[in-house]
Amino acid sequence: MELFDLLGVGFSVALTPQNLGLAVAGCILGTMIGALPGLGPSNGVAILIPLAFSLGLDATSSLVLMTSVYYGAMYGGRISSILLNIPGDEPALMTTLDGYPMAKQGKAADALVLSGVASFVGAMIATLGLILLAPLLSKIAYLFGPAEYFALFLLAFCTLGGIASNNQAKAAIAAAIGLGLSMIGLDGNTGMSRLTFGSLHLLEGIDFLVAIVGLFAVSEVFIFIESQGKESAVGVKLGKIAIPWKDIVATRWTMLRGTAIGFVAGVLPGAGASLGSFLAYMAEKRIAKDPEKFGTGDPRGVAAPEAGNNAAAGGALIPMLTLGVPGSGTTAVLLALLMTLNITPGPTLFTDRPDVVWGLIAALLIANVVLLILNVPMVRVFVKILSVPPQILLPAVTMVSFVGIYSLSGSSFDLMMMIAFGLLGYALRKLDVPTVPIILGILLGNHMEDNLRRAMVISGGDWKILFSSGLSIGLWIAAIGGFIAPMFLRKFLSKPQRITD
Amino acid sequence: MKSDRLFGLISLAVALAYVASATQIQTSFIMDPLGPKSFPIIIGSVLAIAALVPIFKPDANPEWPSRSNTMKIASALIVLIGYALVISDLGFLISTTIAAGLVSYQIKSNAKQAALIGVSLAVVLYAVFNLFLGLSLVGWPKFLGL
Repeated sequence: MELFDLLGVGFSVALTPQNLGLAVAGCILGTMIGALPGLGPSNGVAILIPLAFSLGLDATSSLVLMTSVYYGAMYGGRISSILLNIPGDEPALMTTLDGYPMAKQGKAADALVLSGVASFVGAMIATLGLILLAPLLSKIAYLFGPAEYFALFLLAFCTLGGIASNNQAKAAIAAAIGLGLSMIGLDGNTGMSRLTFGSLHLLEGIDFLVAIVGLFAVSEVFIFIESQGKESAVGVKLGKIAIPWKDIVATRWTMLRGTAIGFVAGVLPGAGASLGSFLAYMAEKRIAKDPEKFGTGDPRGVAAPEAGNNAAAGGALIPMLTLGVPGSGTTAVLLALLMTLNITPGPTLFTDRPDVVWGLIAALLIANVVLLILNVPMVRVFVKILSVPPQILLPAVTMVSFVGIYSLSGSSFDLMMMIAFGLLGYALRKLDVPTVPIILGILLGNHMEDNLRRAMVISGGDWKILFSSGLSIGLWIAAIGGFIAPMFLRKFLSKPQRITD
Repeated sequence: MKSDRLFGLISLAVALAYVASATQIQTSFIMDPLGPKSFPIIIGSVLAIAALVPIFKPDANPEWPSRSNTMKIASALIVLIGYALVISDLGFLISTTIAAGLVSYQIKSNAKQAALIGVSLAVVLYAVFNLFLGLSLVGWPKFLGL
């Protein structure tokens, strides 16, 4: 079978000693990043990208490392949710609801093991879904012309703004800021400079890595300094680790339902892992015969969001790889990595670079097994990391972010710009303006404009081309619907605040 | 005034300035039907329209940091800017010691501990980056000529 041949290619790439080592290192780093409050998948991956790039790793190796970090962070987020009642990252927010009560009842080890297994189930099934679905979607992607791509980018912004934020106008502002920033620099079509205000530094455009690290990592420093002392965490002791077979067997359907919901949420552009875990939890509570038990330390309340969160993480890779449209904040960061490595995601990636795609997929399968081992029998090691005090952790994170950006360009200008983005990110987060659309705008702005201009060249300047195929009309309808519908659904769906992934 | 109103007004001003500068973009003799100006103008217009919403329908004010926390954030900002400016000339070790120590001090006001954290972070990170990861950070000040 063709699929197994391709997987064979993938495993031959992923099982080289270097890549295997990178996968294990990535899993360890990722779990640490996820476990540490304040460092989540998106900013964790963001600060590591410049370093991976400076190390001179080839495309496949960098991808193996970074996606292992990404999956690892999704696993690790639950550790501090359960033990400290502080989500280690955004998607782990829902896990605090039942995980911490379980820990207070002396079942911390059970909660950690159960959530680890749920993470494994979610991530594994989602990766299998990726294997089956991505090649199909990449075939459909061949139907996309410039007009369809333009509509697709629009759809990504609309659903991101509609579903994943609390205020559509603010999401639109954020998207416009990002798109506006992406226009700065040389115009590819005419070779003239645009909006650079005579600055030579700006001629090359704004480096998206600078923006990402600033918005995600540096802003976190300011947020952290402000919130110091507010979050008084009462840690819970971790007892002996035994595998709670009874809970695992009892929640098997919960895990599968959470996985299905999370996977769908992940595949939708703009929804991401936070929404996946949220929907999985809410759905499980809705269908339960005893919903009042949720929130008091119910194992189902731990299994559902963790399966959903990790399934969404896998699902979100599908639109990113096949269409070049990321489904979440972290996959936007991974897209930035691909672009830095000069890999153009999209349908051609599957035919031109099967080594990259299938090597990545094989690495994900390996990473999942490594993560299960790290997160169940060895979870105690990562629990230790939680006791690193913030006065050490935070300067360390800051310095790593600086070194990463500095090692890329060696210019103070980029560092200053990164600080400016950090300050902007801080202000926007205080105002409840999502920062992911900014990143998406900076990443996709030029492609979006290119496709619009190409469509106009084809039609000779007739705007009707944008609505000339059934596919593009469908995308426009989905985009407008995705933006408007949540306004009416908001009454029924109150979301956790501040979704950045 | 509500924070959102101010935010909306600033966004609106930025949008108008952006559209104004977009109209000044030079065109060249190679032209596609849309040209280099249209998309930036569309973006600026979207920003302007979206900015009206927080002006007329502001959300509740966020909880802004207290005066002492604002001072802390501002001084952290100054430290970071200073770090960005001197890292090339002063080298990694000295500038990182100072910057990491100061950031640590913002979080926990313990001078001795902060100094220790600054020195150890600088040395450990320098070793990790240069020896283990193979970056070539300049460790010492330029004028020493090391």
